[in-house]
Amino acid sequence: MGPVLAGVLQLLALIAALALAYVPLGNHMAKVYSSDKHWRVEKWIYKGIGADPNTEMRWPAYLRGVLAFSAVGVLFLYLLQRLQGVLPGSLGFKAIDPDQAFNTAASFVTNTNWQSYYGEQAMGHVVQTAGLAVQNFVSAAVGIAVAVALVRGFARSRTGELGNFWSDLVRGVTRILLPLSVVAAIVLVACGAIQNFSGIHEVGQFMGGDQQWNGGAVASQEAIKEIGTNGGGYFNANSAHPFENPTPFTNLFEIFLLLVIPFALTRTFGIMVGSVKQGYAILATMGTIWVGFIALMMWTEFAHHGPAFQMAGGAMEGKETRIGVGASSIFAVSTTLTSTGAVDSFHSSFTGLGGGITMLGMQLGEIAPGGTGSGLYGMLIMAVIAVFIAGLMVGRTPEYLGKKIGTREIKFAACYILITPALVLIFTAVAMALPTPGHSMTNSGAHGFSEILYAYTSASNNNGSAFAGLNADTQWFNSTLGLAMILGRFLPMVFVLALAGSLAEQKPVPATAGTLRTEKPLFTGLLVGAILIITGLTYFPALALGPLAEGLAS
Amino acid sequence: MTTDVTKQEDPMPTATPTRAPHQDVPTGHKESRVGAGLFDPKQLLKSLPAALRKTDPRVMVKSPVMFVVWIGSVLTTVFSFKDPGDWFGWTISAWLWLTVIFANLAEAVAEGRGKAQADTLRRAKTDTVARRLVGESEEQVPGTELRIGDRVVCEAGDVIPGDGDVVEGVASVDESAITGESAPVIRESGGDRSAVTGGTKVLSDRIVVKITTKPGETFIDRMINLVEGAARQKTPNEIALNILLASLTIVFLLAVATLPPLADYAGTHLNMVVLVALLVCLIPTTIGALLSAIGIAGMDRLVQRNVLAMSGRAVEAAGDVSTLLLDKTGTITLGNRQASEFVPVGGTTEAELADAAQLSSLADETPEGRSIVVLAKENHGLRERHQGELFGAEWIPFTAQTRMSGVDVDGRRIRKGAAGSVVAWVKEQEGTVADDADTISNRISQAGGTPLLVAVEDEQGARVLGVIHLKDVVKDGMRERFDELRRMGIKTIMITGDNPLTAKAIAEEAGVDDFLAEATPEDKMALIKREQAGGKLVAMTGDGTNDAPALAQADVGVAMNTGTSAAKEAGNMVDLDSNPTKLIEIVEIGKQLLITRGALTTFSIANDVAKYFAIIPALFAAVYPGLDKLNIMGLSSPDSAILSAVIFNALIIIALVPLSLKGVQYRPVSADKMLRRNLTIYGLGGLIAPFVGIKLIDLLISLIPGIG
Repeated sequence: MGPVLAGVLQLLALIAALALAYVPLGNHMAKVYSSDKHWRVEKWIYKGIGADPNTEMRWPAYLRGVLAFSAVGVLFLYLLQRLQGVLPGSLGFKAIDPDQAFNTAASFVTNTNWQSYYGEQAMGHVVQTAGLAVQNFVSAAVGIAVAVALVRGFARSRTGELGNFWSDLVRGVTRILLPLSVVAAIVLVACGAIQNFSGIHEVGQFMGGDQQWNGGAVASQEAIKEIGTNGGGYFNANSAHPFENPTPFTNLFEIFLLLVIPFALTRTFGIMVGSVKQGYAILATMGTIWVGFIALMMWTEFAHHGPAFQMAGGAMEGKETRIGVGASSIFAVSTTLTSTGAVDSFHSSFTGLGGGITMLGMQLGEIAPGGTGSGLYGMLIMAVIAVFIAGLMVGRTPEYLGKKIGTREIKFAACYILITPALVLIFTAVAMALPTPGHSMTNSGAHGFSEILYAYTSASNNNGSAFAGLNADTQWFNSTLGLAMILGRFLPMVFVLALAGSLAEQKPVPATAGTLRTEKPLFTGLLVGAILIITGLTYFPALALGPLAEGLAS
Repeated sequence: MTTDVTKQEDPMPTATPTRAPHQDVPTGHKESRVGAGLFDPKQLLKSLPAALRKTDPRVMVKSPVMFVVWIGSVLTTVFSFKDPGDWFGWTISAWLWLTVIFANLAEAVAEGRGKAQADTLRRAKTDTVARRLVGESEEQVPGTELRIGDRVVCEAGDVIPGDGDVVEGVASVDESAITGESAPVIRESGGDRSAVTGGTKVLSDRIVVKITTKPGETFIDRMINLVEGAARQKTPNEIALNILLASLTIVFLLAVATLPPLADYAGTHLNMVVLVALLVCLIPTTIGALLSAIGIAGMDRLVQRNVLAMSGRAVEAAGDVSTLLLDKTGTITLGNRQASEFVPVGGTTEAELADAAQLSSLADETPEGRSIVVLAKENHGLRERHQGELFGAEWIPFTAQTRMSGVDVDGRRIRKGAAGSVVAWVKEQEGTVADDADTISNRISQAGGTPLLVAVEDEQGARVLGVIHLKDVVKDGMRERFDELRRMGIKTIMITGDNPLTAKAIAEEAGVDDFLAEATPEDKMALIKREQAGGKLVAMTGDGTNDAPALAQADVGVAMNTGTSAAKEAGNMVDLDSNPTKLIEIVEIGKQLLITRGALTTFSIANDVAKYFAIIPALFAAVYPGLDKLNIMGLSSPDSAILSAVIFNALIIIALVPLSLKGVQYRPVSADKMLRRNLTIYGLGGLIAPFVGIKLIDLLISLIPGIG
């Protein structure tokens, strides 16, 4: 079996697995966010944090919950790292520097999981499990909560109430992320990922010399790293490391994990707005872009020039031999089209165009299928914009799911789409204009520029993957990337929740034959086109000077 | 009409024959379809001065997209002055200024079309001298000094000095100044025909008018403001679209403004001219330039159909309407019932009945009466006799008390009228009422018709001869129209004062979705509120004072110009032709307005792809030769590529001016089909057209020495 066929078969197996999980998981999540019963353990948590899980919140209250919870998270994680030197179970690692601690705290709370540190050389058990792993769960749950609030905005009428943030947050962890992670961790352990609290081992290498290995609760963190579209690896090598991702099967399984919730949320959305077909339309949009990107990636990674490439059957630099070109391509596209940022291969080593595909995936706003929750709300914002333009073309004030897209709604959507391009482009331009940030580049020319463009694209879109090569552990990058992550996460949430509030207040418009049918393939096609043209074109000049210049050079 | 419930139930209406509001109702499809306001290229030249005046930054700032182009033009011009030998900078500057002027030209042309109409209206507004009543004596004051509540006298030949209601007298009035309709109309005190408009002319008789509006705020003043666009405010949807366009402009501004440090790193320096050119090509200038012209032209299309929208908001709402309330009379049926059948009873022959019916109707000038005479002539060859031929005939006019009319001639007394009245009359004369008279009357009622009994008293005594079947005649083509509306997702509800049986029969014949029978103004109001509670937008027409609350409640309320001033105040549109069928056209114009905006927005955004393929290789192929592969159009040189994109961007505005004025072609089809069609033309077309256009321009300008 050739490597191309193997890649395609793996893709088909992946699609089949996702299809199997789609309905049950989607239904389950819809039930989780619609039920009015609390589990006993949840009641304890509410009592512990002093929250009333039954009060309905209007959007400002919901937003205050999101922001307050996340601010506390950043502060706690920052302190934990700063105090690492005096904490037990730290494997002797010292306190993290302030700029890096800020960067890491911002990174994990925003579901970005950008890492400017080497996990195995900086973070002890306490920070990894009590700090980073906890944020892996809650940051993902916050994302789903905000998405659910937006869905409720579409589903509800004549009320400004969007649900209860604390209940949405807690349930996301207890009823979705934790159970899935337990199962996934067991599968990973069974397949060879490690799970222990052992210390550092000195190991001799084949070729001579010594190597340090440390153990840790790797499989459990690996599970939530993918399920919560986090992406922060226990080890610096992330999913390329055999302790995290030992076999081709675990590789495919991890891809499955990082896609399963974002895709299934479209089902949840469909059920909650009362039309699963609307969910299918969003799913089809996400799926089209995802499959299209994978096809492009495989094409560029398998077909290229030079004898070394051809000997290896593809661009093997930076890819694991046990995983291969096909599966690495699927992983790379999936991790950048979600907000995961875990890597099993090194995006910097992809072909020029391949690197460009990973960047474009993030730049589309990570909506196909996107991060846990953030993918759905990002896609729904694009749908609002596409509906606005298409709705005009059928001669009515645009409506989506029975809600009018008027001045207020378009204002919030328009602000949303401004934020990440502004962050990416401004930070990149400033970094390029200043004399020092450029010193962090490993490469010169277009590839060097790609390193910086990739870094800000990844941070602002809360992806977290890196175009390896850039030395990001500098005060400049730790600070600006940290800022980009925080602004790129929470500013959009402000507009999403404001939009949700505005939609929930409306009275629904009944659908007639004159209404734009948003559950039809035509609309899906339109939405794909709108996403590619509106967000894609924003980055065209920047991409031209990085990956395109490199990819088209030969 | 609901306002005339009692009249509808009367088989023999007494209403003074005013100009029937519904005579001119062509419902033929092709000619009344929304479409062409003709565009004459000369208008471009004529509007040039106005377009140049609009380059004032205080005016430009109102359109965010074009204001960015304006700033860009200033920047490149300043830059060119610093480097006067650079022909490229000058050429780009010139085309950027042309882009700005073309945009202004579009707006100026749209406004210019309204100006012609405004001038006609102004002529009607010549200074009038009003004859104000002070107590019982008159005094002469200028029309401009009239206040609300003043009473003025107008006699034959006087121009009515201001808007008001007739409080005394009846007069025929020439309203051609505002309606363009030369036939005079009757205005009388009381009732639903009391409103008069300032600027119209009394042709006969004398009326006293109570002024209801201040000078400067009269109907004509408002019309002038409207057609000139002076009173134009941005509509909600236009504001929303502007926000989206502004946001896209900022996105592209970011993409361009962050480019210089990136280019410097790559090893090439981008100057101001090139950056501005790239920016202007990317921001949605096409729709930004044409947006206000589209709005003005939409209002203008209504004005051309003699409809005045009091706000652009109402025009937009018309596109969203999902329920149409249509008055039966005049809209769905011809204004009047017509005799369709003579049904004899009790051994009378049909010819006998026809003769009696015709005789009794000779003096009846109502349309119903005329139709009886015509039916007798057509079906029974009975020549229409003139009243004078019948010597010694005594004509019995219809009165509200007797509810009968007829004639006494040659010893025969013939009566026709409502069943109850005629039966009572026959019994009074101790005559006989055939048994089947009642059953036949009921059958006709159930079929939606109106039965008129004909009776005679002669030597054989009094007896009922038979029944005339008066029938509402549904206008040609209404069923097809309602089918179309249904495909567009619009529900039609027929409003009538008829009883439910009659209403149902007509509703079925006309093919409306629903009906409201025995409708009172309260019922109508309740119906509107019920529909609105379900999230639907409701449109209706009305003319009477008791329609006013419903007109105000409806999302689109079209008042008939023949109606009362209360109705005109309450509605948000006035139809000068007083043609209720026009509501359907108004809906189509509203939709067309939105479609045109959406289509040009799509076109504008889709254009960007080609422009990138022109400009990016032009800027960077020198440092990264691989990028020349993006030059798929094979443009001859970097300068020519950038210039071609800028020129295309400017010319496309002028090329689309006619479309923005005329509106995108509209057909009543389902949303799916409409979207598919418009996406293909404006989405796909917008993607491809600039590739072709830019290449052609490049071919042309590469012929200029020094560029190719």
